Amino acid sequence: MSAMTIESAGQALISLKDITKVYGSGTAAVHALRGVDLKIEAGEFVAVMGPSGSGKSTCMNILGCLDTPTSGTYRFKGMDVGSLSRDGRALLRRNYFGFVFQGFNLLSRTSALENVELPLIYRGVPAGRRHERARDALRAVGLEGWEYHTPAELSGGQQQRVAIARAMVIEPEVLMADEPTGNLDSTRGREIMELLRSFNAERGVTVVMVTHDAGMAHYAQRTVRFLDGLIDSEEMNRKGAAS
Amino acid sequence: MIWETVVLALRAIRRNVLRSFLTILGIVIGVAAVITMVTLGDGATEQVRADISSLGSNMLQIRPGQGFRGPGGVRIAAERFKIADVHAIEREIYGLEAVAPISDQAAQAIYGNRNWATSVMGSTNDYLAVRDWQLSEGRVFTEGELHSGRAVCILGSTVVRELFGDQDPLGAFIRLDRLSCQVVGVLASKGQSSFGQDQDDMVLVPLKTLQRRIMGSTDVEAVMVSASDGVSTQAVREDIERLMRERRKIAPDKDDDFHVRDMQEIVSTLTSTTRVLTALLGAVAAVSLLVGGIGIMNIMLVSVTERTREIGTRLAIGALEREVLMQFLIEAVVLSSLGGVFGIILGLSAAALGAHLLMVPFVLNPGIIAVAFLFSATVGVVFGFFPARQAARMDPIEALRHE
Ligand SMILES: Nc1ncnc2c1ncn2[C@@H]1O[C@H](COP(=O)(O)OP(=O)(O)OP(=O)(O)O)[C@@H](O)[C@H]1O
Ligand SMILES: [Mg+2]
Repeated sequence: MSAMTIESAGQALISLKDITKVYGSGTAAVHALRGVDLKIEAGEFVAVMGPSGSGKSTCMNILGCLDTPTSGTYRFKGMDVGSLSRDGRALLRRNYFGFVFQGFNLLSRTSALENVELPLIYRGVPAGRRHERARDALRAVGLEGWEYHTPAELSGGQQQRVAIARAMVIEPEVLMADEPTGNLDSTRGREIMELLRSFNAERGVTVVMVTHDAGMAHYAQRTVRFLDGLIDSEEMNRKGAAS
Repeated sequence: MIWETVVLALRAIRRNVLRSFLTILGIVIGVAAVITMVTLGDGATEQVRADISSLGSNMLQIRPGQGFRGPGGVRIAAERFKIADVHAIEREIYGLEAVAPISDQAAQAIYGNRNWATSVMGSTNDYLAVRDWQLSEGRVFTEGELHSGRAVCILGSTVVRELFGDQDPLGAFIRLDRLSCQVVGVLASKGQSSFGQDQDDMVLVPLKTLQRRIMGSTDVEAVMVSASDGVSTQAVREDIERLMRERRKIAPDKDDDFHVRDMQEIVSTLTSTTRVLTALLGAVAAVSLLVGGIGIMNIMLVSVTERTREIGTRLAIGALEREVLMQFLIEAVVLSSLGGVFGIILGLSAAALGAHLLMVPFVLNPGIIAVAFLFSATVGVVFGFFPARQAARMDPIEALRHE
């Protein structure tokens, strides 16, 4: 353990080495990732792009500890995630990651406020403090006054923002967003992007975001392009290019 | 954290009102059915038992002839008892509280212009002791009256009502067929026997009076005895059988030509019959409990898709497997217990109403309540918990993708 701590000094926050992911087996096997190497530094804002089916979501799920790679090493803060138990990975998700899913994954028939409170419950935050923080998070994404609406009563963009509030409420070190603007018109999309950038700039949150929209990718400092389960190219963006 | 988990579970229940309601409903109906059936069955058993013990439960009846064949049955002709047999029993059998010779005959009771067909029972004061019967008015027979066969009588309450209406019968003279007879007492009302007979429709006279002035014979039809408390009726029965075989000079290889009927035996036969019925009703109700259980299982399984995604979401935002499981376990326990409690309330209410309508006593059976409750709780927990466990063991992403 001590060796690991020493090793982590001066290392990237996230480092993927030769990560592969195979779904199924035999002739039906799908090679979603075929050896991905990726480093992300603390405080970065990274956009992930690439054609549909190129493995972006698969890679994000592995980054967020929601899924395990078939082979390869994933180090988070120098720690080998592959060696962690189920509970160990759950605690990593609980304490470090905020995840915005491609399909929101809000609890149905549950108010926006309760959805946002959920991660705090598992963190053992007392009820009073929890309400307060959930309200603040909803206010930060511009959903003041919508606290008691259920997902079914919210528009796609509003649901998306509830999902972002839920990811942000724990003040994670890393925010992972899988196509956070996929369901939104470009105005709403830009609002979400501004939100992510402010989290990144003001709170120092590391943001990894999948997008299909080159305009949105410009909010990030770096763009990583996937193609057929491999990283095809990486490029640095001029800071603040989109504004 | 436990409290938080309880809150989560309660929220989940509130969120899925319809599903929760249906889950509860299955249990409510099953539990209520079992409790109602068994409680009513127990009530019927108790009723039968009480009816029979109103005849005197430590009572034995000795009659000539073989066996008790019931009304209309054939009784083999056998030598009648005489009063000497009664005295022999009194003298030689240990552990008897009272010994009453009885004979009875149908007669017309007449008072003024009123007329009532009833049964005249000839016996001694011991008859009242054997049957544990009190007087509501007047007195019992005196030694002199019994000894000399005086024309006095004690009336059953039905006879009083039919002949006297509201008038006081004490001291009045009634006629029993041709015998004029003074009323000295009135029996407390005993109501119907379990065989549907009106026990109050009778007139009690001293045995000698019946024998000499109404029947015209010295026969004693039967002897009723009651065993003292703590004395086994079985032992008394065997003693009496031995004595009577001796007195009637029955060869060892011959069957008895008399029969000892033990009320205790009848009580246990009849109550075991109603117990079988209760068990049957209970079994039918248990089937409905089972159906309720299957209903719960269905609802739980149908909702498993949605629940799996929910579990995926919870795992994805950092819930531990055991936290998710605990939540679902609590949820299942709360739902099942709610169902169980409502079922018990409904079942007991239905049983109370049913007992009132069927006029049987309401007998609380804590055992069956516990069994029904535990069963429903188990069903709810098992079927609520296992699909959830399946889901909680998946990778979060797998659970989220669940169709
Ligand atoms: N659970 C799964 N089982 C089998 N194959 C899968 C599974 N998940 C993804 N795949 C396959 O892996 C490949 C990569 O999928 P992935 O979801 O990572 O693509 P993506 O880049 O996110 O695409 P999109 O832009 O459409 O979201 C696809 O070919 C997909 O069919
Ligand atoms: Mg995707």
